[in-house]
Amino acid sequence: MHRSVAIVRYNAGNTRSVLCALHRLGYDGIVTDDPVRLAKASRVIFPGVGEASSAMKHIIGNRLSDTIATLRQPFLGICLGMQLMCSHSEEQDTQCLGIFDTHVKKFPKGYMKIPHMGWNTLSSNSLPISADQTLLPWCYFVHSFYVPLCDQTIAACDYGNIAFSAALGKNNYFGLQFHPEKSGQYGTLLLRSFIEEDWMGRY
Amino acid sequence: MLAKRIIPCLDVRDGRTVKGVNFVNLRDAGDAVELASLYASQGADELTFLDITATVEERKTFTALVRRIADVIDIPFTVGGGIKTVSDVGVLLESGADKISINSAAVRDPSLIDTLSKEFGSQCVVCAIDVRETSDSPFRWEVYVNGGRLATGLDAISWGKEVADRGAGEILLTSMDHDGTKQGFAIELTNTFSNQLDIPIIASGGAGTMEHFAEILIKGAADAALAASLFHFHEIDIPDLKIFLQKRGIPIRLTN
Repeated sequence: MHRSVAIVRYNAGNTRSVLCALHRLGYDGIVTDDPVRLAKASRVIFPGVGEASSAMKHIIGNRLSDTIATLRQPFLGICLGMQLMCSHSEEQDTQCLGIFDTHVKKFPKGYMKIPHMGWNTLSSNSLPISADQTLLPWCYFVHSFYVPLCDQTIAACDYGNIAFSAALGKNNYFGLQFHPEKSGQYGTLLLRSFIEEDWMGRY
Repeated sequence: MLAKRIIPCLDVRDGRTVKGVNFVNLRDAGDAVELASLYASQGADELTFLDITATVEERKTFTALVRRIADVIDIPFTVGGGIKTVSDVGVLLESGADKISINSAAVRDPSLIDTLSKEFGSQCVVCAIDVRETSDSPFRWEVYVNGGRLATGLDAISWGKEVADRGAGEILLTSMDHDGTKQGFAIELTNTFSNQLDIPIIASGGAGTMEHFAEILIKGAADAALAASLFHFHEIDIPDLKIFLQKRGIPIRLTN
């Protein structure tokens, strides 16, 4: 089954890591901010590392917010990408895309080390991986802000005494707080599942 | 629960690993990419590559190597060695590195840490700190640069706090007194850093046995432990080490 995968081009995308992961799965992947090419792709990935407010400025300045809001195919935000899909972020008090009806908070200082960096397991997980259910969901996280548990949480993770959203899902939109492109075998399976299986209508 | 990380470190010159690589099951033990793949498949949690070359020409080779590593490795990796400027960092991150590590350049110009963390985010800025215990200073541990040869007069704890305040996302803490001895990591030093700073600490220098890793992760409160020749020479294999640590009750990522 061959599908075309587009990666949203903007100023906070760690596009090379995601592209390399796609290549390892046998997909070319295109990096583009062209609304037509994004709309034509069978899957769209919205990666992100960096800071929310400058990323949103770029997204709004390049009219990507409208493009993203009108896409109908499965769309996957990664890390900062997922946070930008929420309504608001405490990072520089930033209005975000509002696809998920929830906000992004900063981990409180003094209780645990920030960023939450490294490998963690998912405390609850309804991500649709059909391939190998015996594989432990070890995921690589690196973030200082988090999305609290909410109606759209489809996988959760604990850090210190905080339970947060490791994944969000709503209609054709999905988000992962961790980096599947850096999460070894589990992350690879998850990316493959997103591209090759139908996640829509599940959440 | 967040796992403690085990990180092999590879010294690289001209795209090839140097000093102490002794793997019988590699076609080319010197090839950094092949060794990196092996470590990743064995369950290494991250990899660190240090460019030990000096010239501009060789630096290009290193950048090409970073691209090849990013092509094949599905776990995070850090690159370091000789990084001085924002554009050095930009090139390495664009080539696919997840984090960069800076050392002497940060001591010479601490504002570099602020600049890099604002430009690229704290999550990719690792500050390497080389430390020796001192007896003739008002403080106990002193920062060294230039591969541990040059004393700076800086108190290591104060410097650690400063780099965290300036936006470093992580500290790679090497005890030069312990490095190469195989007598164990610097537990007290690492514990002091880990308890006084609220960013992750990677302990480096002194690993000789699996028990040493347990000690530094429990008593030293390190978030990660790094070693080089021990892994390269098969003295300890990562899968055995991770099972050992898990049996000691340490949160560890076991992949199989």
